[in-house]
Amino acid sequence: MTLQATADVRASERIGAFQHVTLAAPGVVETFRPGNFVSIALHDGSHLSRRSFWVHRVRSSSSSGATIDIVVRPTGVGSSWLAGLGVGASVDLIGPLGRPFAQPKQAVPCLLVGEGYAAASLFPLAERLVERGCPVSLLLAADTAAEVIDGLDVRRSAEAVTIVTADGSMGAQGTIAQALPGALQRSGASVVYAAAPAASLHAVAGISEQHGAWSQVALEVPQPCGTGLCHGCIVPAVGEDAIAHRVRACAEGPVFRGDRIQWGLL
Amino acid sequence: MTLYVASGCGGTGRELAPYADLGALGGFVTRTLTLDPRRGSRLRISESPGGLVRAHLLQNPGVDRFLTHEMPWLAQQGVPTWASVTGASLDDIAAVVRRVATAPGLTGIELNLAVDDPAALRLHDGSTPKGAAAAVRVVLDALPDNLGLHVKLGADVRRLPALARAVAEVGADALVVGGALPASLPNGTPAELSGPAILPTALRAVRAVRDELPEFPLIGVGGVTSAADARAFEAAGAFAVQVGTALLHDPSTLARITAELEEQS
Repeated sequence: MTLQATADVRASERIGAFQHVTLAAPGVVETFRPGNFVSIALHDGSHLSRRSFWVHRVRSSSSSGATIDIVVRPTGVGSSWLAGLGVGASVDLIGPLGRPFAQPKQAVPCLLVGEGYAAASLFPLAERLVERGCPVSLLLAADTAAEVIDGLDVRRSAEAVTIVTADGSMGAQGTIAQALPGALQRSGASVVYAAAPAASLHAVAGISEQHGAWSQVALEVPQPCGTGLCHGCIVPAVGEDAIAHRVRACAEGPVFRGDRIQWGLL
Repeated sequence: MTLYVASGCGGTGRELAPYADLGALGGFVTRTLTLDPRRGSRLRISESPGGLVRAHLLQNPGVDRFLTHEMPWLAQQGVPTWASVTGASLDDIAAVVRRVATAPGLTGIELNLAVDDPAALRLHDGSTPKGAAAAVRVVLDALPDNLGLHVKLGADVRRLPALARAVAEVGADALVVGGALPASLPNGTPAELSGPAILPTALRAVRAVRDELPEFPLIGVGGVTSAADARAFEAAGAFAVQVGTALLHDPSTLARITAELEEQS
């Protein structure tokens, strides 16, 4: 059940290039599934678009009660405002939203591929997959070391963690497209979950298919409302009826099967 | 004061249902439907202070897919549904109306003539009194008696009086006046500006039609975010308002306005 609520900022911490913001969100925590996102509105009366954020961590009980952590890269008006909020400030929050990652019925090896802050959405998924007995490998990519997402707990429970950066400042120098074939081979994964900019997701979908693995990708396109109302986050995708449709990233996604997206039209 | 969900701002209805009692509204107006599907482009919406700029490409799944995938839910939930329609020609408009009119549960048609550049969008030109009257005539011919007809005319105050008179003479249950203004996306794509920024222009549009047609039922649309805004439209001569862009920012807006209106009455 999606809820709209006023959520208080319980903590806010800068880690590398990203602000990790902890929000009190009891209703969201109960129904959250990995791949869901939350939507936040600015209160200034001028900026009408809502902002969507990936959820990095969900805690049903902590010293701050039920909370979610979101990862913010402060680049635009909305993200900078959110990153600058102090503890005790409150935001208009809607969540959980969107179609989550489909999880395998059996305990098969899974490879989770994330780039930059988008990789946040893979951490709750990794936790669930490990709980279900799936061997989980991680491939994390970023432009620089500062943009490699923090998340030690999950990294410890993973079978293997590969890190690549475009400038070589952490891990090997390289990109997702370059590192993925090796990571697929080492992990023996039959399912690939990915969250990254569209160009990298396109590569993930193609390379996974070549290796006979299913891919599910969490797509990030600008979402004016995040709730499915405006039809502004259109994705060209082939449906289960094998017919191409224009669907909404926020409502029919954000998670899609990699082979369903018409990448050339995106 | 009656509230409607404005065309293009309520998703398929399902997405709005958690935040608003759709059955209690004057109506849910669908996004504008055409005979064949129309596909949107990628960059479709950007922000402007107090407003949103949206590419207006009439992106929609086509009337048939609407009838199989969206209308049944609206009917099942008892949502008073108004199908917003337009078409490339008078024949197309008539065909869309005939198809959609067969849907159980439909309350009426909102004929969308408020498109600022019909030629670019390959649409029948309903921006002149003659073109508008012709479109209304074919809709009335195709429309069963039990369905209502609203005609959306836009906000161009220089054209509105003659346009409204021409439509009223052919016949409609209400005119929808105001709404988005012609604009441009940052990349040059033709678009429309909506949101609180345009409210004063919509009030002016309603007053312009009210002066021309003192008795005709008018529905105001444009920038409504509060009961006070709705009352402003009432004072300008509208019996109802449509709420649109405000829902994208806060999907609970309709529930809040309803509560505010009840408090005041």
